[in-house]
Amino acid sequence: MRTILFLLQKEFRQIFRNRSILPIIFVMPLMQLIVLPLAADYEVKNINLAVVDHDHSPYSAQLCAKISGSGYFRLVNYGSDFKTAFELIETDKADLVLEIPAGFERTVVRENEDKVFIAVNAINGVKAGLGGSYLNRILNDFNQDIRLKWMQLPRYNPMPVVEVTSSVWFNPHMNYNFFMVPGILAILVTMMGSYMTALNIVKEKEIGTIEQLNVTPIRKHHFVLGKLIPFWVLGMFVFSVGLFIIARLIYGIVPLGGIALLYGFLAVYLLAILGLGLLISTYCDTQQQAMSVTFFFMMIFMLMSGLFTSIDSMPIWAKGIAYLSPVTYFIEVVRMIVLKGSTFTDLKIHFAAIASFAVVLNTWAILNYKKRS
Amino acid sequence: MIPYVIKADKLTKQFGDFVATNQISFEVSKGEIFGFLGANGAGKTTAMRMLCGLLTPTSGAATVAGFDVYKQTEQIKRNIGYMSQKFSLYEDLTVLENIRFYGGIYGLPARELKAESESLLEKLGLQEQSKKLVGSLPLGWKQKLSFSVAILHRPQVVFLDEPTGGVDPVVRRQFWDLIYDAAENGITIFVTTHYMDEAEYCNRVSIMVDGCIEALDTPGGLKTQFKAATMDEVFYQLARGAKRQAD
Repeated sequence: MRTILFLLQKEFRQIFRNRSILPIIFVMPLMQLIVLPLAADYEVKNINLAVVDHDHSPYSAQLCAKISGSGYFRLVNYGSDFKTAFELIETDKADLVLEIPAGFERTVVRENEDKVFIAVNAINGVKAGLGGSYLNRILNDFNQDIRLKWMQLPRYNPMPVVEVTSSVWFNPHMNYNFFMVPGILAILVTMMGSYMTALNIVKEKEIGTIEQLNVTPIRKHHFVLGKLIPFWVLGMFVFSVGLFIIARLIYGIVPLGGIALLYGFLAVYLLAILGLGLLISTYCDTQQQAMSVTFFFMMIFMLMSGLFTSIDSMPIWAKGIAYLSPVTYFIEVVRMIVLKGSTFTDLKIHFAAIASFAVVLNTWAILNYKKRS
Repeated sequence: MIPYVIKADKLTKQFGDFVATNQISFEVSKGEIFGFLGANGAGKTTAMRMLCGLLTPTSGAATVAGFDVYKQTEQIKRNIGYMSQKFSLYEDLTVLENIRFYGGIYGLPARELKAESESLLEKLGLQEQSKKLVGSLPLGWKQKLSFSVAILHRPQVVFLDEPTGGVDPVVRRQFWDLIYDAAENGITIFVTTHYMDEAEYCNRVSIMVDGCIEALDTPGGLKTQFKAATMDEVFYQLARGAKRQAD
């Protein structure tokens, strides 16, 4: 027990003395938490639209006004030459081209229908897809307006219409930050935990102090605990600052569920992720190797654990990978507790999964850590 | 019967096809200063790492402080000190913090730890520097500090792997004063070196060539045996025949 205290004292001294690591631990994650959610936003705004108007009628002008009034589009060009508009797409200055045919107003009034043409620059798939559908919706709306104006409506609507009204739960304003902040918080804790542990131990290998420790009577579990506890504490600290200061003050996110439950999960999850760092360190001899291996895992965690993209829409094989990552479960847990107020009963499976990761990764790491070769 | 502190019997370590140390046998008695010489790559460090319990031998037998190198490595570790080729104190901890840390993990009681660290600082004349980071000390002081920390817990044997590499002659002299001091207090010294003048300071010297011990005697005995005026010549006669390239 006393040995562990000496190890902890040494570890904390080294961490707090290191002027390059300290900001990485405390400032960087919090800055990322402030910046990332604002940038990682799925709502597409500022779609650049070029309008080719062959009609120049009040109707076409009305349509254009309606589109630019929606707030999603920015009119970059208004002309009557498709070639110019197409060049804008080619030079990436426009994302969408809307072509209004000549005689648009006349045809609409006289024949009750006409066609407009939309060309989409699909290099940025999300922007193009969403832009196209926004534009479609606006055109539909415009359609309705005209019909109302020109058609004599029968007393009963000839076509049955099912209109959908939706009620949005758990995030009523569909605020994207509410979704991203808990996820990013989970990722930050993960990054810190795995990188710091792996690098710290491999650094001792590199400078040779680990060999000095290996000739002392320090037991394996003393050494491992001495390394895990400091980063466990730091992980808890960073998570708390993120949750209580940044998420609450900047984004106004107040966890709906139990704080104790959230911290219970965090405690176990940190063990799992520190175990991963420990495991990586037992296989690596230099900090460079450890860095690269950890980076590999972080990429998978970032892209496949449902932080940005929904796991439900992944192909089966990708789902398999997603559920092999402890991060997936933890992101879900944080979102469910914070936004939905889930209780332990809802999260039993998650708990079992995270706890298993903790046990497996740490056991593996301890078995692979050798005091002698 | 003389109690041997280190006893090796045909101790062998093989890495694949490569036999790093080949059936080496020797004994070291209590309080002796035992010089373990050999060219680079002769297998000195491998032998030392086996005796310290850092490496499992392939075959042969050895005991250190009466404990078996196969089964009782944890007991061995409690009874030895070790100073590796690489400087292995924490450069980002102060002198005093390093002393306290290593003393602490060897289980020295708090009061003893305090007294020991004070007398150690005084002996090395480092009182002024006790709150300085070890990384800022000159190499000579680092090595002396490193040695003193290695014997802080009063081990039966201390293993020194080229402890004076890269330090100036004055510091080397002071370092050997510390070694003599420790030996007088009953600590057995097992030291590797490339400096032949240091070999003369040892009670007995073994010389390894290509993984085998080719000669083992007092420095005087070796000089007579090889009809040489200095240890330098003895070493040269033996190491010249080495087939292994230096590492």
